[in-house]
Amino acid sequence: MTPHSALSELHAGDRVRVASVGGDATLVQRLAEFGLFEGEEIEFIGVAPLGDPIEIRIGETRLSLRKVEAAFVLVTPL
Amino acid sequence: MTTTSPVAAPAITVALVGNPNAGKSTIFNALTGLHQHVGNYPGVTVEMKKGYFKHADRRVDVIDLPGTYSLAARSPDEMVAVDLLLGRRPEESTPDVIVAVVDASNLDRHLYLTTQLMELGKPVVLAVNMIDVAVGHGTKIDFGAIARETGLTVVPVQANRGVGLDRLRQAIVDAATLGVLPSPPLLPVGLEQEATTILQGMNGEVPPVLARRLLLDVGGAIEQSLVVLHGQPLLDRLVAARGRLAAAGTPVSSLEAKARYGWIRAVTAKALTRPVTRITTWTDSLDRYLTHRVWGTLFFLLVMFVVFQAIFVVAEPLMIAIDTGTKHLCDAVSSTMPSGPLRSLLTDGVLVGVGGVVKFLPQILILFAFIAILEDCGYMARAAYLMDRLMSRCGLSGKSFIPLLSSVACAVPGIMATRVIENRRDRLATILVAPLMSCSARLPVYGLLIAAFLTKDRPFWLPGLVLFGMYMIGFVTAPIVALLLRRTLRRGERAHFLMELPGYKRPSLRAVLRRVTDAGWAFVRRAGTLILMSMIVVWALLYFPHKDATGTKYEDRIEAREAIEKEAETLEKAGSPVPDELTAQLESSKSGHALRGEWKRASYLGQIGRWMEPVFTPLGWDWKIGMAAMASFPAREVIVGTLAIIYETDKDDEDRLQGSIRDDWATDSIRGPNAVPVALSVMVFFALCCQCASTLAVIRRETRSWLWPAFTFTYMTLLAYFAAMVVFQIGRHL
Repeated sequence: MTPHSALSELHAGDRVRVASVGGDATLVQRLAEFGLFEGEEIEFIGVAPLGDPIEIRIGETRLSLRKVEAAFVLVTPL
Repeated sequence: MTTTSPVAAPAITVALVGNPNAGKSTIFNALTGLHQHVGNYPGVTVEMKKGYFKHADRRVDVIDLPGTYSLAARSPDEMVAVDLLLGRRPEESTPDVIVAVVDASNLDRHLYLTTQLMELGKPVVLAVNMIDVAVGHGTKIDFGAIARETGLTVVPVQANRGVGLDRLRQAIVDAATLGVLPSPPLLPVGLEQEATTILQGMNGEVPPVLARRLLLDVGGAIEQSLVVLHGQPLLDRLVAARGRLAAAGTPVSSLEAKARYGWIRAVTAKALTRPVTRITTWTDSLDRYLTHRVWGTLFFLLVMFVVFQAIFVVAEPLMIAIDTGTKHLCDAVSSTMPSGPLRSLLTDGVLVGVGGVVKFLPQILILFAFIAILEDCGYMARAAYLMDRLMSRCGLSGKSFIPLLSSVACAVPGIMATRVIENRRDRLATILVAPLMSCSARLPVYGLLIAAFLTKDRPFWLPGLVLFGMYMIGFVTAPIVALLLRRTLRRGERAHFLMELPGYKRPSLRAVLRRVTDAGWAFVRRAGTLILMSMIVVWALLYFPHKDATGTKYEDRIEAREAIEKEAETLEKAGSPVPDELTAQLESSKSGHALRGEWKRASYLGQIGRWMEPVFTPLGWDWKIGMAAMASFPAREVIVGTLAIIYETDKDDEDRLQGSIRDDWATDSIRGPNAVPVALSVMVFFALCCQCASTLAVIRRETRSWLWPAFTFTYMTLLAYFAAMVVFQIGRHL
C-alpha cells in the first residue's frame, strides 16, 4: 500500500488512518457525521459480491459506500 | 382523569429523537401503548407518530421523530423534524423536553446527534438503550460518569424488555418541571462570530442555532429556503463567510464533527471501559457469511424466493376467498332487493369496489411482515448492500430492489415498501417505475389471450415463451424508465449512497405486528376511498343509460327472458310439452347474454368506445377491445368479465369466451388474418399500462401529491399505446 491510497482500493482486513477527505461539502459532512475525518482509523471489511459498494468499520459503525465516493477518501496504512 | 388538584397541571410535550436503529420506536411503543396515531405534514412525505401517556397525574404527549444521524437537514423532509424541535411548526406544540435515544454499544456516534440536540435550548434526557449488547461486547458503562460529563439526566433502558421505562417517565416529568438547560460542546469561535454576523442581517427570522446550521450545511435545506427569500446577496455572504472559515483552517464541512467528536471522546473516555482488543461480535461473524460472495448471494436468493413465494402462495387462497365472499354477498343482496340502479350500485359498484380494496390486504400484510422482520433483524441493509451495484446501473439504489421485486406480485405493497428508501429521489424513481413490473393481476389477460390465439396448433413452448416475454417487458422497461427519469426529471439532486449496516438482532414480534397493522390501515383508509370512488364511476358509465330505445329497462327485459327460460326448463324437466307460445317467446326474445351485451354497447362507456374507435384502429383493435380496455382502467383484472359481457358469453366459462373472441375476430377483415398481432398488441398494452386505481391512489398517498399519479398514468398510457401500436404494425407486416 502506497502512503496515500484511496479507500476504494483496499483489501478486506486492511486497517488504515484517514489522511484526507475530498469531494463535495455534503459528502465530507456526511462522512464526518459518521466519524470519518482526518486522523480517524478505519477497517476495510470487504466489497459486495457484485464489486460495489464497499463495507468499512469506523469505531462501532459499519458503513457501506460506493467506490465512487470512497475514492475521495485518502488513507495511510496503520 | 383525576380532579383532586384545583388547577390541572398542563400537559408536557416530549420529542423522541435518535439515530436509525437506536430502538426509538420500541421506546415509543412501550411508553404510549395503544394511545398513538400518525401525524402528516403538508408538502412533505414525512409521517410522525404521536401518542401520550400519563405519569403522576401529568399528561405527556410524545412525538416520535424519524430516525436521523444529524440535524443537518438536506431536504424539506428532514427540515420538518428540526423545525418541530424548535417550535417552528405552527400546527404542533413546541416540545418541552427532548429525549435523546442512544445505543450503548455505539455510544460515540449516537452522542453526535445528542450534542446537536443540546443546542436547541430545551432540557435533554439521555435514554441509553441496548445496554445488554454493549455488555456483550465487553464494555463497562459508568452511567454516573456519563451524567457528570454531559450534564444530562441519564436513564439506562432496555426497551425490548420494558426495563427502565418508569424511570424514563419520571425523568421526563422532572426535566419539564425543573427546566434545566444543557450546556452543549463549544464550536470554534470563528463559526460563532460568522453566525452572529449572518444573524444581524436577518432581523431575527431564525434562531441562532439555525444561523449556525445555515453556515455549516452547504446546499442544505435551510440554505435552500432562505436563499429563495433573500436571494443572491445572502448566498454571496455565505460563500464569503465559509471561505474565511476554510482559510482559518476550519472548513465548515468538518469543523462541526471534529469539535463534537472531540467532546464526545472526552466523555466516553471517562464513562466507558472498553476491552483492550476489540471483541469479535456476533455481527462480525455473521456478516462474514451473509455478505460473502457465494454464501451471501445464495442466502439472499433464498430469502427473496421465500418472500416472493409467500406473497403468491399464501395470499392467493385468501384473495380467492375474498372474491368468493364478495360474490356471495352480491348474490345475497341481489336476491333480496328489487332490480334497479340502487341494487346495481350496491352490488356491482360498492360491494365489488370494497372487495377490490380488501383483496389487496393479504399481499400487503404478508409483504410488510417480511419487510418488518428483515428490517428489524438488520438484514434489509445487507440485501441493499448486495443489490446496490445492479440497481445503481439504472439510477436506483440497493434499497429499491425489494420494492421492485414485490411489485411483481402487486405494485400496491411494492410502492408502500419504498418507505425503506430514505433518499427521496431514489424513492420517487422507484415508485414511478414499480407499476411497470408485471403484477399478478395481468396474468388473467395473458392467460386468456395466449390460450385463445397462441396455444392451438402452435409449438408447445410458445405459450410459455410469450408469457415469459410479457414479464420481461416489465423487467426491461422499468430500469430504462428509471434511467430516463434520473437524466431528466430529477436531475441536479445529488445523492450519496452512505448506508449503515446495523448490528444483527432478534426481531421483536410486537414491532413486526405494529408495522403490519399500520401498513394495512394506511392502505384501507387512505387509498381505499379513492379506489372505491373510481370503481363507482366506471360502474355508472357502464350502467347508464339502462333503458333501451323503447324506454324498457334492460334489467326488466333480462328478468322477463330468464323467467321464460326457467318456465320452459321446469316444463321440460317435468316431461310436459312446452307450449308453442312459450317457444315462440323464447325464439323472438334475445338471450340474457345478448341483452347484457346490447346494454353495455348502448352504455355511456360503450358510446365512448365506439366514438373513439379511430384511436384504437392503429393498434388493431375494434371498439369492443377498446371499450374493455377502458373499463379496466380502475382494475385491470375486470377485463375478463367485461370481455365476457361484450362477447356475450358467461364469464365463468373461459373456454367459451376464448371461442367467442376467436370467432368474432375470424369474421373481421383486419383481426381475422392478424389475430396473433392483435392479441400481442392487447397483451403489450396491458403489460405497460397503469390500469389500476389502487396503484395510483397509493402513489398519491405516498408522494402526497396529485402530480406523480397523474404523471405515472400519463407516461404509462402513452408508452402502452405506442408499444401496442408498434407490435401490431410490425406483426401485421411480418
